Amino acid sequence: MKPKVAFYWCASCGGCEEAVVDLNEELLEVANAVDIVFWPVALDFKEKDVDSLPDGSILASFINGAVRNSHQQEMAQLLRAKSQLVVAFGICAQLGGIPGLANLTGAQGIFQEVYRDGVTPATRHRENGYPLSLPEFWDTVVALDRVIAVDYYVPGCPPTPNIIRDALHVLLGPDPPPRGTVLAPDQALCEQCPRKDTRPEKLLVKEFKRVHQVIPDQQTCLLAQGLACLGPGTRAGCNALCVRGNMPCTGCFGPTSRVRDFGAKALSAMASVIDSNEESEIARILDAVPDPVGTFYRYSLPSSLLGRRRME
Amino acid sequence: MSEANGGIRIGVYTCHCGTNIAAAVDVESLAAYAATLPDVVVSREYKYLCCDPGQDLIRQDIADKRLNRIVVAACSPHLHEHTFRGALVAGGLNPFYLQLVNIREHVAWVHEDRKEATRKAEDLLRAAVRRVARHEPLEPGRTPIHPDVLVVGGGIAGIHAALTLANAGKRIYLVEREPTIGGHMAKFDRTFPTLDCAACILTPKMSAVKAHPNITLWTYSEVTKVDGHVGNYTVKVKRWPRYVREDLCAGCMECLEACVYEEARVPDDFNLGLTKRKPIYIAFPEAVPQVPVIDPDTCIQFKSGKCKKTCIDACGERHAISFQLQEKTEEIEVGSIIVATGFQVFDARRASYYGYGVYPNVYTALEVERLVNASGPTGGEVVLRDGRAPKTVGIVHCVGSRDENTNRWCSRVCCMYSLKLAHLIKERTGAEVFNFYIDIRTPGKGFEEFYQKLLNERVHFIRGRVAEVTDWALDPTEEGKLVLRVEDTLASLVRRIPVDMVVLAVGLEPHPDAPETGRIFNISCSEEGFFLERHPKLAPVNTFTDGVFLAGCCQGPKDIPDTVAQAGAAAAEALALIDAGSVETEPNTAYVIAEVCSGCKTCIPLCPYHAVTFLDNEKKVRIDQAMCRGCGTCVAACPSGSIRQHLFEDEQIFEEIEGILAYA
Repeated sequence: MKPKVAFYWCASCGGCEEAVVDLNEELLEVANAVDIVFWPVALDFKEKDVDSLPDGSILASFINGAVRNSHQQEMAQLLRAKSQLVVAFGICAQLGGIPGLANLTGAQGIFQEVYRDGVTPATRHRENGYPLSLPEFWDTVVALDRVIAVDYYVPGCPPTPNIIRDALHVLLGPDPPPRGTVLAPDQALCEQCPRKDTRPEKLLVKEFKRVHQVIPDQQTCLLAQGLACLGPGTRAGCNALCVRGNMPCTGCFGPTSRVRDFGAKALSAMASVIDSNEESEIARILDAVPDPVGTFYRYSLPSSLLGRRRME
Repeated sequence: MSEANGGIRIGVYTCHCGTNIAAAVDVESLAAYAATLPDVVVSREYKYLCCDPGQDLIRQDIADKRLNRIVVAACSPHLHEHTFRGALVAGGLNPFYLQLVNIREHVAWVHEDRKEATRKAEDLLRAAVRRVARHEPLEPGRTPIHPDVLVVGGGIAGIHAALTLANAGKRIYLVEREPTIGGHMAKFDRTFPTLDCAACILTPKMSAVKAHPNITLWTYSEVTKVDGHVGNYTVKVKRWPRYVREDLCAGCMECLEACVYEEARVPDDFNLGLTKRKPIYIAFPEAVPQVPVIDPDTCIQFKSGKCKKTCIDACGERHAISFQLQEKTEEIEVGSIIVATGFQVFDARRASYYGYGVYPNVYTALEVERLVNASGPTGGEVVLRDGRAPKTVGIVHCVGSRDENTNRWCSRVCCMYSLKLAHLIKERTGAEVFNFYIDIRTPGKGFEEFYQKLLNERVHFIRGRVAEVTDWALDPTEEGKLVLRVEDTLASLVRRIPVDMVVLAVGLEPHPDAPETGRIFNISCSEEGFFLERHPKLAPVNTFTDGVFLAGCCQGPKDIPDTVAQAGAAAAEALALIDAGSVETEPNTAYVIAEVCSGCKTCIPLCPYHAVTFLDNEKKVRIDQAMCRGCGTCVAACPSGSIRQHLFEDEQIFEEIEGILAYA
């Protein structure tokens, strides 16, 4: 009997689902090798189908997206019970991802922003005498491992095909790595960067630039050109896709295993290259980074040391 | 380690420090609390842990209770970390299994609420207990001490320190910003309270500096950069061109005579503008080195290029004068540095109510020092700017000292130098001299006796801060005089005292560029701007940078005896370092996990000690363990967390943070 595999999405954009399809022909090989028992985006299985499976009968569940409401938590817990392995798939499941920036506000703040003065969704509601319920929307977005135990992580926004392929081989192979491993190289992206040798030894930046302000040279280290490239702090594995497309790394593979707080580390590293000892000039240089949280914690706010803005 | 047979076993020791800690923190309850923390096997409190019985307590417990981690809650690690590490070694433990909690400076001395203070001490203790469990055994390093010493500043402090060290056979570089050494002391005529001649005791020392085979004297020079660490400093010294070559000049001074300027027209800094000098000049006749300087701002050759250059003709075959000389930078290696950069006097214009710069007959004390000086502008005669001898003189104490509006500190020397000037003025002119003082401070050896002598000489003392100096006469006796308005606080009345001459006893201030100098030598300034010593009592010439010592007024106002004593102490500290040959270094160095370094180079320009190098073949960085001082800059900056630091491992710091935040 072929091993059973499930895919599920929580708070995500769908890009991680797309990434699976991006395996192209290899997807057919995967489909041949395994029995997909649940994949809401592509196949018509229902929650009750999973519910009816014996505990531990699924070899691996790949869950993408952050967790931000009670239903996502329930589904994560259900899949956890039915699976031998749970893989946090993509940076949202791993660290909270872009939905995690919602932690700069709370549920009320989001409803206010989205619905203005209209009807805001209520968790419990009666319609024509029938009770209806919606999942409870949380103030705080969390990564998957805050609601269930996670065995492996596949980073990326979304994970790149090579990373997914390697992850599958490792998981289905005879010698899987220790639980808790992030299935990508544990070095920074500079290691894979084609522009690595062009970074000067004494790189000091007088002015940060944003991507819409310049057309960067295609050969030179982007940081050396004043772009806030987060490659030096970001886990390798994507083969420097963005940099090859002349765009700075935004950190979607998250930190290496040695860094506890990606944003703080990135901020510290970035502050270190500022070429000034004048407080006012430093402030001026940093003004060119108008959204520090969105820049340095873009994918990792829920898993940072602070986690969120303080609730008033 | 013994962890194998029983896991982490922590001993916690809380010190009363007499009443220093015990008065503000409930040490008994703190010790009882510590006993409840995980892995804590024993918790004790003791009156003075730093004394031998206290140390023995720890040593004995290590043996009896098989402890493998020690937490001491006591004073600052600056004071006793070394002591307590010694106790661990005595007990057979690696000294770095210690964590010190500073509940004296950080708790007892800064809080008043005993309950809250005790709670804060508990938080800090809990953090230390969590942290120490993660400590690892380490071995301290050793770094050799380069035997050469840099002395910065050629006043009496720098001169004395340099000579002491040179006489001990050490090689010294003495760097002075002015064209001559001698500093402020060279301007004085007599020194208090003995009234011995300043030049007679100073100039032999100045000549000795120049003649000493072990001293390299660089005047008209400035230290611009210091790299490295105790034992191995690399120093860059900028040397401005004198346009007279020191190696060729014989010091005949014929060039001064020959200068096309027949009359001296440039205000003479050494005499505080009381006289004029030529564009080619020597600060004073006994200046060291005996080599003139050309001031390019006023020399016709530099200004127009069309001078007859009579100075060059006068120099003749010696060819010592060259207008082509350029500024140059020397680089030297030294093991220790003595900073003796001195002070500046308070700018009397800032106390505008005393009329300095407005009334010609208001002088600063330093100007009067020059007037009473036998080699000064008047040959030692005290005369007013119009040539008259003053019949009455008022000396205003505490100008720019003990004053909320200017400087709050007492400058320590002004009372005594005012008494000295009062004596000298009276001796030279027979004038009636008034001292206006807040308090007379004469705490030095022979000082009070000198004050009594002045009282017997019938010098007047009026206790009261002078409100203003004015030339507005209210009656005929005040016509043509300067009037000091003052409340005589002993007689309880407001007085007007007309005088011919006012002397402002200006205080001592740090140099305005002291913060910049501090940055060069990596030393800090205290609140008032003088350089900060490591400990006001127990390390008065040390700084927080090992191998950098302080001497003289750059550390705070002091008189010549104290300055010389301090310079000797600084020299002794440097000698102690040199004789030891090497110093133990903290093992808290940064290290690279080579396999995972991505070679991003972020760390390289950040290292103040040039300990980080890029390996071209491996495309990774390496940290030289001997050069690393453990500042942690690269550790914080390494974006991929591939640089770590002994004693400051992430796990240790996070345990500490979580310990602090885990409210009991």
